[in-house]
Amino acid sequence: MVQYSDTRLDAPFAALADGTRRGVLQRLGRAECSITELAEQFDMTLTGMRKHVGVLEQAGLVTTRKIGRVRYCRVGIRRLDEVQAWIDSYHQLWDARFRELDAVIESMQLKEKRDGRDTYE
Amino acid sequence: MDETRTSEATPRTTVERRSDREVVVTRWFDAPARLVFKAWSTPELFQRWWVPQSMGMTLYACEMDVCTGGTYRLNFGEGMDFFGRYLEVTPPSRIVWTNEEGGDDASVTTVTFEEHDGRTLLVMSELYPTKEALDAAGGAEEATHETFSQLDELLATLR
Repeated sequence: MVQYSDTRLDAPFAALADGTRRGVLQRLGRAECSITELAEQFDMTLTGMRKHVGVLEQAGLVTTRKIGRVRYCRVGIRRLDEVQAWIDSYHQLWDARFRELDAVIESMQLKEKRDGRDTYE
Repeated sequence: MDETRTSEATPRTTVERRSDREVVVTRWFDAPARLVFKAWSTPELFQRWWVPQSMGMTLYACEMDVCTGGTYRLNFGEGMDFFGRYLEVTPPSRIVWTNEEGGDDASVTTVTFEEHDGRTLLVMSELYPTKEALDAAGGAEEATHETFSQLDELLATLR
């Protein structure tokens, strides 16, 4: 399991640790876009944007293709789904726990109402 | 944060990976901090919510000495134990503990309870020593593995 997650998830999470790269992914989620356009939209040099796209590409979050002299980028669905799956599973566990905790707290509040406020002091 | 602070907000669980080693969970509770803290630090109460049915596990024994320097041990049968040490316990606002069942991969969990107008914002941070350890955690480890396997199968059919 450790090996499994290690090889597949390190790069995407490192790539997502950067705000600009998350922004680029959001932008690409709407439509395919050239690196030049991305650089303009994020007010960044072409070299800077190439680096960001390179990191995203290595992480499998973005794929690029060259048409003529222009390199276009789009979201690489697969890795993003895996990252989301990790978060979803974590969320599922804690959300279930907290719903149970709500019930416990509610019963504590009822008990306090009945037996007086210092029941759980 | 401001959005969730309005008192009418539904108590929604949020999960965010702050870095490749840290995951942060937040949740509002409609109760003062002293009650949320109590539910977290009293074994009889803790046992009632820590293992939701969807986890598919049974908590057989739960020993908790909730004070700074104290230890805890949760037994799920067949030698499956979760254990560690409380690094800091400050009622009713903060509990910090280690999760040592992973050996060298021990993570540190910090949970804080902030009371605002009678409601409590719970913020829980899990800090892992390495990203590998965090990836392996994935909330419910088996579930993650399962989800990924299913995802792999699904994606294979789409190619």
